[in-house]
Amino acid sequence: MSAPRPALETATMVRAGEESAVDVLEHHLAVIDAGEESIHAFNLVLADSARERARAVDARVAAGEDPGPLAGVPVALKDNLCTRGVPTTCSSRILDGWRPPYDATVVTRLAEAGAVVIGKTNMDEFAMGSSTETSAFGATRNPHDTSRVPGGSSGGSAAAVAAGFAPLALGSDTGGSIRQPAALCGVVGMKPTYGTVSRYGLVAFASSLDQIGPFAHTVADAALLFDVIGGHDPLDSTSLHRPTPRVLSVLDDGVDGMTVGVLTEFLDGAAPDVAARVHQAAESLAAAGARIEEVSVPEVTLGLSAYYLIAPGEASSNLARYDGVRYGLRVDAPDTVAMNTATRSEGFGAEVKRRIMLGTYVLSAGYMDAYYNQALKVRTRIIEGFAAAYTRCDVLLGPTAPTTAFAIGAKVDDPLTMYLSDVCTIPSNLAGHPAISVPFGPGDDGLPVGVQLLGPALSEGTLFQVAAVVEAAAPDQPAPRLAAGAAS
Amino acid sequence: MAGPARLTREDVAHVADLARLHLSEGELDLFTGQLASVLDHAADVASLDLAGVEPTAHAMAVTNVLRLDEPAPCLDRGEVLGQAPSVEDHRFRVPRILGEAP
Repeated sequence: MSAPRPALETATMVRAGEESAVDVLEHHLAVIDAGEESIHAFNLVLADSARERARAVDARVAAGEDPGPLAGVPVALKDNLCTRGVPTTCSSRILDGWRPPYDATVVTRLAEAGAVVIGKTNMDEFAMGSSTETSAFGATRNPHDTSRVPGGSSGGSAAAVAAGFAPLALGSDTGGSIRQPAALCGVVGMKPTYGTVSRYGLVAFASSLDQIGPFAHTVADAALLFDVIGGHDPLDSTSLHRPTPRVLSVLDDGVDGMTVGVLTEFLDGAAPDVAARVHQAAESLAAAGARIEEVSVPEVTLGLSAYYLIAPGEASSNLARYDGVRYGLRVDAPDTVAMNTATRSEGFGAEVKRRIMLGTYVLSAGYMDAYYNQALKVRTRIIEGFAAAYTRCDVLLGPTAPTTAFAIGAKVDDPLTMYLSDVCTIPSNLAGHPAISVPFGPGDDGLPVGVQLLGPALSEGTLFQVAAVVEAAAPDQPAPRLAAGAAS
Repeated sequence: MAGPARLTREDVAHVADLARLHLSEGELDLFTGQLASVLDHAADVASLDLAGVEPTAHAMAVTNVLRLDEPAPCLDRGEVLGQAPSVEDHRFRVPRILGEAP
């Protein structure tokens, strides 16, 4: 099959009146129709509202107006992004049927840019998971091999882009939930600097770590989407007041004279075929004029443990709001405490319960100093470790995930093993730094490998610049069989 | 620094109660083992000597954010209450609390 048409090209054609937004949408709805049953990327396909929106885009073009940089481009939204009047479930029974009374800021910005929201994507329940198997509505399958997971927690968004259901998608990344599924599904996925994309209307998991970011087939399309969603928002008190880097305009600037550090700690735990791809990516950057160094940041090896103390701690507090009073599920009981307990026990799945209990435990008297406060100090150490590396390197390079996509069911009964799939992505969240996963050919099993580029806070411009060079050198990855012949 | 004592079944029952979760006997057994293995893995963090290291709660400096106290449109009351499981007189209705007579 030919590669799916980039969103940049689609938007240009729609803006010029050379193709209608309605035709673009109908093409994607047909691809969904043909493939969704075997993938289950969506919790909800919004065909009717998307058609209405596409017609409005076409009407603006006909009237001589410019609908914006994403004119007529279908975008899939992770189902933890609030959409006014449209169910937003976080793939949890506790929010089944909830219709938020407001739009997330990123949803508003997409609309202002002329995008067409095509559906809400499946995810691990409340974004807690690395395989999309903890969804209350069933697992999503990897379009490259439907016996494998798509990664997670934004597995539905990654699979939707990989399968050609939408050229662009948004996810959220708390410990790798954009980058890891992007790697496993063979698409580009990026976690921005903390505070560059508004979290208003993103259902909170771990508020000091959560960031919304783009999925796309190409680095340029991810840049296009990041430029649309980034920037200060008065509705998010953690939104940065500093200018957000613009990235689409720097994509062709190259890596000549840059220093790229290959992060040895990330390679240590990677499968040999994944590590080989990382070395190959480093060689391609060297060929493009970058200086390559091996760099050690020993503190990152503590990231996984620190994360699984900090993130559950924050989650246990954030998820206290699901009490059966204001929205979502209520299981009736004679008094309010019994009602709260019955509602939460029935509404939450096992992984969410585990994290709530873990978080409650590490924040409880007698254990807070030993676990939670200790983890916050490790967070300082990780930030210092990265800072030392960035005195010598512009960016760091490593694998996104230690392996290619694993089999559905392989890790779901062993939480700690599942958590280890986030070992290379977590440190960036703890540090608040941006990072991007770029597909870099197949592994030995033929499934996609992602290489990850990490940079200091607000280095998005540099990251996208380097990512574009990596992408240009990437070995071919066979397209998912499901989408074969379906793309126009 | 010695790590904290290993998580017990009683600890899990206690935190489940604090978190308003009811666990079956089977779930208690399952979760105790799973949570203990996660905390065992975290022993590398718990056992570090980090005296004198400042904790980081937020990677990017966070300051209090205030806006001018000017009236502005807010969420529609009917739309918000329309999402609640039970409502009475424009308020969220809950079952009795504190054991008083209904």
